[in-house]
Amino acid sequence: MLFGLLETGFVYFYWGNLLMILLGGGLIFLGIAKKMEPLLLIPIGFGIILVNLPLGGLMDYRYELTAQRSGVVQEIVIDETTRFAEGTAIVRTNAEILQSPVHGRLTSIEVQPGQNVGAGDVVAVIITTMQTDQSVIPTEPIGLLSRLFAYGIMWHILPPLIFLSLGALTNFAPMLANPRVMLLGAATQFGVYFAFFISLFFGFSFEEAASIGIIGGAEGPTTIFVTATLAPHIIGATAVACYSYMAMVPLILPPVINLLTTKKERQIYMKPKLRPVSKLEKILFPIVGAIIVILLVPSSAPLIGCFMVGNLFRECGVVDRLAETAQTSFVDILTIFITLTIGGTMAAENFITVSTLSILVIGVISFASAAAAGVLFAKFMNLFLKEKINPMIGAAGVSAVPMAARVVHVMGQKENKKNYLLMHAMGPNVAAAIGAAIAGGVFVGVLG
Amino acid sequence: MSKEIATPMAGKVVSILVNEGDTIQEDDEILLLEAMKMETTVYATDGGKVKKINIKSGDRIEEDDIVMILE
Repeated sequence: MLFGLLETGFVYFYWGNLLMILLGGGLIFLGIAKKMEPLLLIPIGFGIILVNLPLGGLMDYRYELTAQRSGVVQEIVIDETTRFAEGTAIVRTNAEILQSPVHGRLTSIEVQPGQNVGAGDVVAVIITTMQTDQSVIPTEPIGLLSRLFAYGIMWHILPPLIFLSLGALTNFAPMLANPRVMLLGAATQFGVYFAFFISLFFGFSFEEAASIGIIGGAEGPTTIFVTATLAPHIIGATAVACYSYMAMVPLILPPVINLLTTKKERQIYMKPKLRPVSKLEKILFPIVGAIIVILLVPSSAPLIGCFMVGNLFRECGVVDRLAETAQTSFVDILTIFITLTIGGTMAAENFITVSTLSILVIGVISFASAAAAGVLFAKFMNLFLKEKINPMIGAAGVSAVPMAARVVHVMGQKENKKNYLLMHAMGPNVAAAIGAAIAGGVFVGVLG
Repeated sequence: MSKEIATPMAGKVVSILVNEGDTIQEDDEILLLEAMKMETTVYATDGGKVKKINIKSGDRIEEDDIVMILE
């Protein structure tokens, strides 16, 4: 009877798992009942539930604790059924106390009291769900989701491939028709750097601060790419903050816009007709864009390179099969992998920390300040422009394509029925996706 | 004299909110368009009696297409 109980997940189940299962259920509820980003929140939510069922093993990593110095084992400090935190003492020898650098549980103790151990000998095998910097704490993924995470995300495969699909889905015509709006997409990157410095102020490391700052780029794959490279242990929090705030764009943008603009400014009419963009321009853009951006910021190559090749598939007109695949089943398959895996990083012991809360708070500041920077920069541009732009389209420079542009359009029509800002807002919106990838590339290049 | 109503943006026609023969006024809702996976209401730029509607639900229309003629 007792033996059977020890084999079940209940032994290791604690209040944190319950809390996370409720959070996962909450995300699924938002996806289904409120239709908030269901394609993302439903698999993320279910991933969270799965990984909070102990012994399920989906997100498990195997870690071998080794002796640093030779000595004689004096005591096994912990028993095999105990769940322990990072830094817990596992084995004591006469030369050292061996602590686990990861949280988790023991799968086996390889030594006995009285036994001699040499430096480098394995003393215990630990199972953890923690994402670690492999150069410092090498672990071996042994679960379905941890393998997907290790080889899909940590190896930088899935996020750039998603970018390929985003490229195939993105119409750059609104930006090419009015290239000055690219500046708005660039201005919003202020939010990224603002949040970076706030994070430093709150005691995060440079690598963590960059991963938190990039949330303001409102670009899921970029956030995952940057965090996987620089601070994999907080990837669950940054990814969820990014995706949740993208879903909350309709709540975050309007107050920022209203605060920074007058009614008269919000009513500025923009002629709906944009300059027609030729096919040649649309074909040249991804080629020339990739060459220039990658030469300037080489570490953005995986994201920008994939983005631009996807866009070329779309615009060249002779590989419709590739473009259609990239726009439909390909991106769907990648989305399933990436979202389930991101959900899987959120085991209670990884997620329920003070830093998660800080990340969520700084993330929303990053988002709002990015939108504010876009609006203010649009107002600044108006000082010099003969034909004024509606400053609200600056807020669409927070990426979150195309949600941010939609929000601006709806607000524009509320102020002035004849104002159709959608395509004007799409310009900074798509520019910001590139801006975020570049900002991410800069972080990875400098800190990675 | 007839007046033309053009669409301000490209998209797919979700529904047409007026019928031929109706009398409409400027700023009345005339069309629901879907663009960027969002429905957008198109308002009349002029008033008059709808003489002819050139589109039907499900059509894909481009910016500046003449969607209806008023008299």
